[in-house]
Amino acid sequence: MTTAVFDPVPGAVMTDAPGRITELAELLTQRTVGTPFVDAPKVRTRNVNVYYGEKQAIFDVGLDIGRNQVIAMIGPSGCGKSTFLRALNRMNDTVVGCRVTGEFLLDDEDIYAPKMDPVALRARVGMVFQKPNPFPKSIYDNVAYGPKLHGLASRRIELDEIVESSLRKAGLWEEVKDRLVQPGTGLSGGQQQRLCIARAIAINPEVILMDEPCSALDPIATARVEELIAELAENYTIAIVTHSMQQAARVSHRTAYFHLGKLIEVNDTQMVFTSPQHELTEAYITGRFG
Amino acid sequence: MTEHKASTAEIIRASLKRRYRAERRFRLYGLLAVCFGLLAVLLLLTDIIGKGHGAFRQTYVQLPIHYDPELLGIGDATDPETLMRGDYQALVRQALRARFGEVSGRAEARELNALVSDGAGYELLARLRARPALLGTSETLWLLADDDVDTWFKSRGGSNEFTGRVSERQIAWVASLAEQGEVALRFNANFFTRGDSREPEEAGIGGAAKGTLLTLAITLLLAFPIGVAAAIYLEEFAPKNRWTDFIEVNINNLAAVPSVIFGLLGLAVFINFFQMPRSAPVLGGVVLALVTLPTVIISSRAAIKSVPPSIREAALAVGASKMQVVLSHVLPLAMPGMLTGAILGMAHALGETAPLLMIGMVAFIVDVPGGFTESATVLPVQIFLWADSPERAFVEKTSGAIMVLLAFLTLMNALAVVLRKRLERRW
Repeated sequence: MTTAVFDPVPGAVMTDAPGRITELAELLTQRTVGTPFVDAPKVRTRNVNVYYGEKQAIFDVGLDIGRNQVIAMIGPSGCGKSTFLRALNRMNDTVVGCRVTGEFLLDDEDIYAPKMDPVALRARVGMVFQKPNPFPKSIYDNVAYGPKLHGLASRRIELDEIVESSLRKAGLWEEVKDRLVQPGTGLSGGQQQRLCIARAIAINPEVILMDEPCSALDPIATARVEELIAELAENYTIAIVTHSMQQAARVSHRTAYFHLGKLIEVNDTQMVFTSPQHELTEAYITGRFG
Repeated sequence: MTEHKASTAEIIRASLKRRYRAERRFRLYGLLAVCFGLLAVLLLLTDIIGKGHGAFRQTYVQLPIHYDPELLGIGDATDPETLMRGDYQALVRQALRARFGEVSGRAEARELNALVSDGAGYELLARLRARPALLGTSETLWLLADDDVDTWFKSRGGSNEFTGRVSERQIAWVASLAEQGEVALRFNANFFTRGDSREPEEAGIGGAAKGTLLTLAITLLLAFPIGVAAAIYLEEFAPKNRWTDFIEVNINNLAAVPSVIFGLLGLAVFINFFQMPRSAPVLGGVVLALVTLPTVIISSRAAIKSVPPSIREAALAVGASKMQVVLSHVLPLAMPGMLTGAILGMAHALGETAPLLMIGMVAFIVDVPGGFTESATVLPVQIFLWADSPERAFVEKTSGAIMVLLAFLTLMNALAVVLRKRLERRW
């Protein structure tokens, strides 16, 4: 096996064959290989470019996210996978100087249309963040916050039901049912992250975006969350950004490989990890850089 | 190789000694600095408390008072207007003559009368007004002694006895009273309830304290909501461009503007243009609000900035609007910091003197202010006024007022700490 070397210059590939560096730069100019598009996708994106001020972070990406599928986005740091994910529920709107162009459709509705309200969009496209970020409120209030905001429950008992079912789906109910009034910030890291997932699914979104949801968790908590993702996939469309290729292999149906803001390869997960079509993908999954 | 290594270790060991010595020296400097600061505070407090503790006790003289209708020239004590016309000080003079026998000559009579405060007559009037049936009867009362007598009585027997304007005869009289237990130091309630007076024995900080409370109420009412609103807008909603940079620089500059300038602004704008009442707490409050506003805005912005962005993102991601994020997440988390900033700003305003001089709150005001538009003064200005007065008895009043002001300050700072702890401990 080749040794993975830390790469201080993004894109300059350090391998056992120095001559390949220029080759790889050429490879980046090629089109996405594999099957980025699917029939009747939940989310459809074409010609996506994202800029932070002068700097371009995403270059001409087109990718479909299938209904009730888990798609994993992998790639080295700074490859734009998180930026792409955050473009899907317009979280980038809050970033000063960020500009997004291209086509984004959620069930044939334009995500970036002027008449699309980002608040309404985010109620349909939920998000779970890298670091567990429960509100400094009680466990109950953490989950009930979204439904209350959107008026999903008119009576207390309905709200109680939503909270319970969300916590059950997040696999947290048994652990917290006796201490719902205690602060969510008092839970362990893994529990906090599942609480955040419960909070996201409490408003019954159609798509859940997960930005490295397990990177701050220990292996046991990670396994628990991964199980949960597999269960959620039955009802939700999930896009997950991860640094762990094992995690991508375990939880996702399809895998998209990003490199330096470009979408290099998209294929069924099994295929990406067993017979990658692109040399960069192969280099990454075999640990030659990243 | 081994030889080289050993020498490296030795070099390190030698330098370690030097480094530890330097560290000890460094820590000593810090300790000295702290000690110096503590010493300064201790010196200040001993001086103030040493001078001011006397202000809370006042010399009283016990005299039997006969409410003589003839001497007063009053027949009907139930009519308030008739009551006002009475010469009550005459009752005091009569009582003094009765106690010490007839004195020879006007000068001696004046000295005898000067034992008791000119305010004693008002005390008698107040008693008679409350109980008209007292007219024609007698009672033994503790009456306020004159400030010169008070100053001498307090320093009596001490290492630096201060006779000042007290004559030998007066000293003898008071000494004879003291033998009978008819002169004593009693708790000076007047100091806390009364307004200013030309007579030190009657002067109190009640008026100034009330004026301070009214003024600070206006300041808090204006500075806190406006400051917080400005901070929220600048932090959460304002676009980051040249204009907001300009505003930010100006807020920082305003925080550094000498407060007397704000007083001149108050004079020019609020008194001359808006015709607001001079010397009034409402005006003082507005001016002090301007003085503290930059501080409140800056501390509120810092408090908002310290709210972790992950909380904002979490709320946005479940579909909260910008306003909902601010109201239900950012504000509650920033509140302890904002409150601390506001209270420290208030403490700053509490000690502020210069701008209030400019808007007439330095006037000599005897009455305790009844409302926001009545003439008033505030504690620091009262201290300034008393420190400027020639009477020896005002020295202890000044220090007494400083003690009260410091107590107020300590209370407010303690409140800031308690509030922060209480609000932060919730989670």
